Amino acid sequence: MYVAVKGGESAIKNSQELLAEERRGDKNVKELTLDQIQNQLSLSLDRVMAEASLYDRELAALAVKQSCGDLVEAIFLLRAYRTTLPRFGTTVPIETANMSIRRRISATFKDLPGGQVLGPSFDYTHRLLDFSLAANGDVPEAMEADGTVDRNMPRVTDLLNNEGLIEEETAEDDNEPFDLTRESLKFPADRPARLQNLARGDEGFLLALAYSTQRGWGRNHPFAGEIRMGELSIEFIPDELGFSIEIGEITITECQMINQFKGSSDIPAQFTRGYGLSFGHNERKTMAMGIVDRALRTRELDEHVQAPAQDEEFVLSHSCNVEASGFVQHLKLPHYVDFQSELVTVRALRGEANIDKTNIVKPISDIAATE
Amino acid sequence: MTSNKETPLLRVTELSHYYGDQVGCEEINLEVYNGEILGIVGESGSGKTTLLKIISGLLPPTQGTIEFDKRIEGPSDIYQMSEPERRLLMRTDWGIIYQNPKDGLRMNVSAGANVGERLMAVGARNYSYIRAESNDWLNKVEMDLGRIDHFPKTFSGGMLQRLQIARNLITKPRLVFMDEPTSGLDVSVQARLLDLVRGLVNQLGISCVIVSHDLGVMRLLSHRLMVMKSGKVVEQGLTDQVLDDPQAPYTQLLVSSILPI
Amino acid sequence: MAISNQSEKAGNSTETPEILEGYNFAYLDDQTKRMIRRAILKAVAIPGYQVPFGSREMPLPFGWGTGGIQITASIIGKDDILKVIDQGADDTTNAINIRNFFGKTAGIETTEKTTEATVIQTRHRIPENPLSAKQILVYQVPIPEPLRWLEQRESETRKMHALAEYGVMHVGLYENIAHFGRVTTSYNYPVQVNDRYIMSPSPIPKFDNPKMDKMPALQLFGAGREKRIYAVPPFTKVKSLDFEDHPFAIESWEESCALCGSSNSFLDEVIIDDEGSRMFVCSDSNFCREETEKIKDGPVTSSGETL
Repeated sequence: MYVAVKGGESAIKNSQELLAEERRGDKNVKELTLDQIQNQLSLSLDRVMAEASLYDRELAALAVKQSCGDLVEAIFLLRAYRTTLPRFGTTVPIETANMSIRRRISATFKDLPGGQVLGPSFDYTHRLLDFSLAANGDVPEAMEADGTVDRNMPRVTDLLNNEGLIEEETAEDDNEPFDLTRESLKFPADRPARLQNLARGDEGFLLALAYSTQRGWGRNHPFAGEIRMGELSIEFIPDELGFSIEIGEITITECQMINQFKGSSDIPAQFTRGYGLSFGHNERKTMAMGIVDRALRTRELDEHVQAPAQDEEFVLSHSCNVEASGFVQHLKLPHYVDFQSELVTVRALRGEANIDKTNIVKPISDIAATE
Repeated sequence: MTSNKETPLLRVTELSHYYGDQVGCEEINLEVYNGEILGIVGESGSGKTTLLKIISGLLPPTQGTIEFDKRIEGPSDIYQMSEPERRLLMRTDWGIIYQNPKDGLRMNVSAGANVGERLMAVGARNYSYIRAESNDWLNKVEMDLGRIDHFPKTFSGGMLQRLQIARNLITKPRLVFMDEPTSGLDVSVQARLLDLVRGLVNQLGISCVIVSHDLGVMRLLSHRLMVMKSGKVVEQGLTDQVLDDPQAPYTQLLVSSILPI
Repeated sequence: MAISNQSEKAGNSTETPEILEGYNFAYLDDQTKRMIRRAILKAVAIPGYQVPFGSREMPLPFGWGTGGIQITASIIGKDDILKVIDQGADDTTNAINIRNFFGKTAGIETTEKTTEATVIQTRHRIPENPLSAKQILVYQVPIPEPLRWLEQRESETRKMHALAEYGVMHVGLYENIAHFGRVTTSYNYPVQVNDRYIMSPSPIPKFDNPKMDKMPALQLFGAGREKRIYAVPPFTKVKSLDFEDHPFAIESWEESCALCGSSNSFLDEVIIDDEGSRMFVCSDSNFCREETEKIKDGPVTSSGETL
């Protein structure tokens, strides 16, 4: 006699316990601390904080630990936690020209005021596995700069701007910008909405899209005008004080892409901008973002939309990895009922057509798709 | 207000369109009367396609008015109407035959569904009726009825244009716009298609605006002809008159450079 | 996190997990709940219309019922009794997860009994027992846009809804009949609500579609990932799309439920051995249990319960 599958509750509990055990791994190995993650896996934290839209190194470290290093899962954990946080207000907009620079490079000018500051980067390393790290070798001390970094570091785009060679960046209006975390996206989306979406968008997705434009799928001739990374203080104006106070410091990476533009009937030839900004040290992400931002401006610059990276509905609707990961993996949930309905339909069709058993047919044009 | 012989079905007044400082078309005036076929001829870049887009509701002009004589309200500016009104007009009283059939057809549904769609769009909910009407129209455009359930991708270029025509005419529109309906087809296929269009249009009393660079097409189909160059109308009149006794130097050049059909 | 113990609930309620401290009642803060309730009110006022809302990330993945969860979290009160089903059953993993989530964050009473529940959250089914005006049915919706399969662009589908340009839906039905002699859509079968908006009923089998029509209970639909809420108010007309000469029809089985004998419920097919022998059992586990108990209690007086 058939008995319906029962005991789901305890099976789930057992699965959760097994996960916890696997997370911990061999108990003879010392447990990873949040301090270690914060200090030694800092780029993981930077990605998690950026895509979770929450700057908190300690919580990000906890998320990375809890997710066994699965960063998309960590981003999800932090996003879900973000939902529960009350909103006190909005900080004063940051001014990246005032950044305490740790890295600043330009691919468009050999030298410029403030100079090129290489800072910490994989760019100048050979990608050779370093076995001294496996042996827990000591790290040589990095050299101290002999002077302080030049505080005067004008942005490359500002230098170009003085000559009128690049489009002016101005706020469209004085209205409060759209808030992606509070409202649902509407199309056509304005640039603030697009930039917010890209800033928390999946790095891999943006990278692939940016790459596709470089290979000719919506080419926009980018130059890395400037990439800068460093610390900025965050200021907040409490109502009761009426003036701004510093409430903390965050690391920011900014990328200004400079793109060729032939000009249109209304606009003379000039350079246009693509903008990338991210929490933490995320150069790959901000560069990809800058290229995709420019690609998404195709419509407003009166260019022909022809490639996926230029199609804002396509890009913005599929950039969030929390959404994408959830929906792709929801296919693991039971679909007995839908499948049963399909079975009934297919059997009925076969019955009518009296089709040979080896010749299996399936409706090809169905107005519903499988969920 | 009721329509009468004096009220044109379509009246375009002082129409200009600019792409930035580039002229799309300039100071166009035209009228199309019931049952009349107006041809617009010109080389590529002459502004004829821009003009067609504007008067078929697809591109708001920089200035000027386009009035359509609606069944009940009478002449109404199509760009002053609300979008729902305009869209309703486009799927009932108007038809558009595109140069590229892929722009005018649903390539992923059968011929029958393509032809029947307009009926469904205006509320037909009886499958047998829709199918019978589709069949009837496939018949009228001289297509093999056995192909009603076939997908457009299996059809030849000439058949796709027939399908577009059937799809548009099924709701008996009063005005049909055609953009180079026969370009890209073999000469013999062209001739048969033109015959078909002429027959149907005469039979149903439909008005047409046809854009083409092909004077042969114009001589066969259009009653009146408008010649365009650099966005402007250089000459217009009865087709035979314009073609047999062209006045403007450009028209003379155009006529002399084309072999008679 | 600190965890406090919750006393055992009596009666038929399912086991209630310990309450999580440090989080709001039902997870969401009051501001968010108000925002969602406003969206719900608008949805009720315009039956079948998809209202955009500021969907939040929840601790369950998008696509796993976050829309339904946010609706439930926003409407549920301390006195409510919650039932959660997936594929008609209370004991599937996703249903258990969601029930535990509300047990943990709201500490409310939960139940498996359809008639006892005041709020029922569901994925892919409508319970077999008729629902009453005192109940609310919350659907989890993966893709709220019924026109999506024909038109990918949101900017265009919103316009099509606004102008009620729905002819293309029948093009889909026409194609089915032309090629297969029948409409082959078997679930997520589109409906027209209150003679106006075309709506996705969520991927319920078309078997359940007739239950939506003039249902006494309020029906709320939440799509978290797509950030849309829509509703069918009580006693509202819901019509499945069809042609006059090819009327909408639901699935039927030659078999009856092998456990309770019901011949008018939606049946799941279960493969029971390596030879592929199969049996059919009710997908609605609570309904099936109650029917089985009726048989045990004594001879069945009327075999065919009305639905």
